[in-house]
Amino acid sequence: MRYITDRKRAEGKGASGTGTEHHWSMQVSSVGLAFLLPVWLYIFGSALGGTREEVVETFSHPFPAIVTALVLVVGMRHFIGGATMMLGDYTSGTTRKMAIIGMTAIAWMVAATGLFALVRMAL
Amino acid sequence: MVQLTLSKNSQIRTGKTWPKPDGKNVRKFQIYRWNPEDGKNPQVDTYFVDMDSCGPMVLDALIKIKTEIDPTLTFRRSCREGICGSCAMNIDGINTLACIYGLDEVKGDIKIYPLPHLEVIKDLVPDLTHFYAQHASIMPWLETKTNRPEKEWRQSIEDREKLDGLYECVMCASCSTACPSYWWNGDKYLGPAALLHAYRWIIDSRDEATGERLDALEDPFKLYRCHTIMNCTKTCPKGLNPAKAIAEIKRLMVNRAV
Repeated sequence: MRYITDRKRAEGKGASGTGTEHHWSMQVSSVGLAFLLPVWLYIFGSALGGTREEVVETFSHPFPAIVTALVLVVGMRHFIGGATMMLGDYTSGTTRKMAIIGMTAIAWMVAATGLFALVRMAL
Repeated sequence: MVQLTLSKNSQIRTGKTWPKPDGKNVRKFQIYRWNPEDGKNPQVDTYFVDMDSCGPMVLDALIKIKTEIDPTLTFRRSCREGICGSCAMNIDGINTLACIYGLDEVKGDIKIYPLPHLEVIKDLVPDLTHFYAQHASIMPWLETKTNRPEKEWRQSIEDREKLDGLYECVMCASCSTACPSYWWNGDKYLGPAALLHAYRWIIDSRDEATGERLDALEDPFKLYRCHTIMNCTKTCPKGLNPAKAIAEIKRLMVNRAV
């Protein structure tokens, strides 16, 4: 039991002064992904079932390589934004902080691994 | 973490079944009961009401039950015409006002529970303390800096029309308690009702604290927990659109930032 007023409980620590930037970046990245993903899926689908040499050949061209890199970076940034929101919804306190750190680390790891593979194929 | 199961002392048990009256047009009511003083779990009591001697609204039936069958049944009510917002409750799975919700809108048994995800004071009476404090926190009054005019703050017809669909809110809490985001983060997220009122003052042409009002909402939880689920709009017994009001606040936020 805390003896604080209802108004103090409702106000909490006040507004953090952030939120719009996240909201806007999610809108921008979702619009970007709406264009990028269909193109990337077409490239990826075309390469599916090919031999190793054919796949390397596909991704060594500038356009497929750049689209794939953008999907990895923009996609993972979008994923981090969305997953942070989701974790904020369903977790709290230390669990929330640790989950967000872990999820962010995994997402950037996925992006970095993908980019590394892409560079090896492209160069 | 979000608690997905009820604790043992909150699990609802089957309660008392009251005698069924004679009559051809009798309907069954299942009503949530909980008394903080008896130390028992919540229970659902069953009542039977003869519709031939009952008014057309759910509130009419509740008043009839309280008057003629069980005077211990506790619920809020006042105006009986959808203006005061007192009799908000969950009827047949929908948060609404008992006074304007027709019994003929419910098929089968009529199940009545208090508004969800609020602490219950007794039976169908939820604790709205935090909800009202959140409403107070958005400063629901006209803020001006210019010297008070001699007669009145003037407003054009067009600017006055912008308040339509906002000022009609009766603060019944049906929308906020239908919102999953408010269920999980009601301590920080202001909820659709408070945000609709916030927008009502932000958009008011006479108000001079627009920037301060937007600053106060610039927060990942206070405003941006709205995920456009739209339960608020679907359930609003007054037919308002809180989700649109929240989207308008977000648009204003983006417009001043980008």
